[in-house]
Amino acid sequence: MSDSATLEQPTQDAGDRQPVTKKEITADHPTWCPGCGDFSVLSIYYKLIQKRNIPHENVTTVAGIGCSSRFPYFVQAHGVHYIHGRALSFASGLSLSRPDLHVFTFGGDGDAFSIGGNHFVHTARKNVKMTYVVMDNCVYGLTKKQTSPTSPLGFRSKTDGWGALDRPINPMKLAISAGATFVARTTHTNPKHLLEMMDAAMDHDGFSFIECLSECTEFYPGAFDASNPRKGGEFNLVPEDHDLTDEAAAYALASEDFPGRFGIFYQVDRPTKNALEAGVIEAAQDKFEGKSSSDILQATFNRIK
Amino acid sequence: MSETTVSEANNGSDSQPSSISEVTIRLAGNSQDGIQSIGGFLARLAGRSEREVMTMMTIPSTISGGASIFQVRLGSGEVLSPGDKADVLFAFYQHSYDNHVNNLAKEGILVYDSDHVEPHEEWLTKYRHIGIAISSLTIEAIGGTARDKGKNIYALGLIGRMFSLNTEKLERLINERFSGKGESVVKTAMDAFQAGYRYHSDDLSNLFSLARGGAERSNQVVMSGNEAIGYGLIAAGVRFGAGYPITPWTDIMELLRRELPKYGGSFIQCEDEIASVSMAIGGSYGGRVAVTGSSGPGISLKTEAIGWAVMAEMPLVVIDIQRGGPSTGLPTDVEQSDLNIACYGGHGDSPRVVLAASDVEDCFYTAIEAVNIARKYSVPVFVLSDQAIATRIEAFNEPDLNTICNDIKLDLSPVPSHKPYDLSSGDGLSRHRAPGTRIEDGRYPVVTGLEHDESGHPSGDAVNHISMTKKRRNKLKTLADELPAPEIFGPESGDVLLVGWGSTRGPLLEAVEQLSNGGYTLSTMHMKHINPLPTGLEDILPRFKSVYIVEMNDGGVYGYGQLAGILRARYADARIKGINKTAARRWKVSEIIERVKARLEEEAAV
Repeated sequence: MSDSATLEQPTQDAGDRQPVTKKEITADHPTWCPGCGDFSVLSIYYKLIQKRNIPHENVTTVAGIGCSSRFPYFVQAHGVHYIHGRALSFASGLSLSRPDLHVFTFGGDGDAFSIGGNHFVHTARKNVKMTYVVMDNCVYGLTKKQTSPTSPLGFRSKTDGWGALDRPINPMKLAISAGATFVARTTHTNPKHLLEMMDAAMDHDGFSFIECLSECTEFYPGAFDASNPRKGGEFNLVPEDHDLTDEAAAYALASEDFPGRFGIFYQVDRPTKNALEAGVIEAAQDKFEGKSSSDILQATFNRIK
Repeated sequence: MSETTVSEANNGSDSQPSSISEVTIRLAGNSQDGIQSIGGFLARLAGRSEREVMTMMTIPSTISGGASIFQVRLGSGEVLSPGDKADVLFAFYQHSYDNHVNNLAKEGILVYDSDHVEPHEEWLTKYRHIGIAISSLTIEAIGGTARDKGKNIYALGLIGRMFSLNTEKLERLINERFSGKGESVVKTAMDAFQAGYRYHSDDLSNLFSLARGGAERSNQVVMSGNEAIGYGLIAAGVRFGAGYPITPWTDIMELLRRELPKYGGSFIQCEDEIASVSMAIGGSYGGRVAVTGSSGPGISLKTEAIGWAVMAEMPLVVIDIQRGGPSTGLPTDVEQSDLNIACYGGHGDSPRVVLAASDVEDCFYTAIEAVNIARKYSVPVFVLSDQAIATRIEAFNEPDLNTICNDIKLDLSPVPSHKPYDLSSGDGLSRHRAPGTRIEDGRYPVVTGLEHDESGHPSGDAVNHISMTKKRRNKLKTLADELPAPEIFGPESGDVLLVGWGSTRGPLLEAVEQLSNGGYTLSTMHMKHINPLPTGLEDILPRFKSVYIVEMNDGGVYGYGQLAGILRARYADARIKGINKTAARRWKVSEIIERVKARLEEEAAV
């Protein structure tokens, strides 16, 4: 038993160990279809882990349900395949109880903006420290082509044979309005940019959200061609003079027609939920310096005798 | 001195207080009058006293403005239930008077606030009436505020006088209660108390004194069932949890939110029930078992995630403070109708552990047991409590915190290799390694809701699904062998066995005591471990001619309630029958007695 009730936190130190190799971090062969954009996100994640020299045992990957949410099986590291739409809540519990870890959560547009929409809003608002990468393909792939919350109007799916009727969600606007403190957009066809965004997201102290366009070659081929110069499209970066802390300007960027802009739309410093809770703990423990748990509970019981 | 009950003692007026063995007092007013705090003071007085035990409960509490009731039972011996009928009714308003007279025992005493209550002619002869201008006398005593504050403390003074309670201790309690709010508040409270205590009436002075109890008791703590669960979780080492407000679970989440930071932990208020169970599971995955909880509809919402915790074999404690259902149901009334959802809620075969607490003290220890089982068996554990014990305040022997309290260490020591779902252990137990744990062979675990192989990777293989299903089930069989057989009160075999679970323990014990001379033997068995059922029960049930399961839920289409259904399925014993109640009120001892007698007569007539 420790003398103090303070919860010990492990260190993040990899010591003098070599960075993990690509072979060591690779697990099952992905179940994705050939040409799926998610392959690109997975290989950039491997690169990020190596570049940042994250100790192998600290790599923690959480996902919900969907094609992209199979992600943790393909990473040879601690991983969680949770239920549909609730990966962010699970990851929040992990992040808040284990602030020593940088938790990565991956998912698709259905997981993030449809069944998990409420959790997206509240995780952003609470600014729980983690990185959330949504691989947006604008379609339900695992269940084979139904309308998703980001499917554009008129998209013909098995649930909207006549073309999608409901106005799609704009993930960037949603994230900005919900209070996310890091909001970025990238695409699987530009791995260099994708790595840049993931790197910046990991540096951010707070909830860092990346929307990564990730083409479903099976059910929505060509969806993002307009953003791919190799397919005759344009890859337009966020203008250099854009003020990252200007919420209205970020909103204006998010309003541009497809293919829109790529890069960090919005980034501000706001205390994380992790830091705020740690502050509450510190203040509460002030009065109990060096006291054991049973001492503290005994003091409470003495008052209710 | 002879020891009698209030109604017996009430037959003559004497200057010497009559000694009584127990009394039940009901206070009826509005929720903003602080009626519950009178109960709190009396409970604390009992906790600090060497001679009285008492128990009490609130019945429907509503948002400010609604009617509120508090019932206190003080006794010299063991008090098992809050009492059926009140010996003394304090009626603060006309509606309190009109609506609660039928809860007064024959020859009970009716104390009413004559500023607000106009007594009915026909009741004046039936009950002894004592009219006191409680509202105006309080205002007179504490300085003319029209807000009606302080009436409760004035009434406490009156009660102190009526029952010759220890005023020195009561004054000390009032002082402790208000000292944080400044001297003037303490003085006002004390003025109100003393004014009540000194109120002079020939009707009232030193009516009764409670007899001394038997053995001296050790230190006692006083709390509600919900508080006991909260402190039990803390004692067992829980340092993380998440929840969403819903009656009557909310008190626990408020307590954990307030208390956990002192221990280096936190409790998070979430956007909904699903987020809160998910956040708690995420906390458990982090390496220390976490808690979530709810009531009624909130439990329904959590079931998918609980199924994940069963599949992924993640430890989790789920507190369910039952209320009347289905749907929004009866949010502030008692019912024991969540047993099925606790045992079976969710799709698929999903074995989990279900425990039920029987009184306030048991809430404390059941919470601890739940945490320990969840950790050892990597499984979700339900703790069922209900509205009747959630808000009831009881005094119980102070737990030895030095031996009970546990700090759960985060264990991240490296391991050579690790399989999260190792099939080679015969008992079905597996242990998780939290993220941050180095697995030296480089093969890291995935925890998942998909059917999986031993390392957590998806597998649809038929043989694997059979093995994994068996693993998840077998660990409950391992647990069942470790569980103690349920306690039996009364003969170990005989004519009738009444089986109860949860908050019905007290009333069932009293019923058995009172019914014991009926020309047949009567026993009662109380079940704390419901899923899995403890090994050995199969030997107990056949020893009785009739087995009645007494529950606060519906007898259903086939005539037996939720526990009865589980027992019938398990033991294939058609003698198991239900005695059920769905009135959304706790069982009264007298009701149990009547129902058992009627059932026995019915069966004799066949």
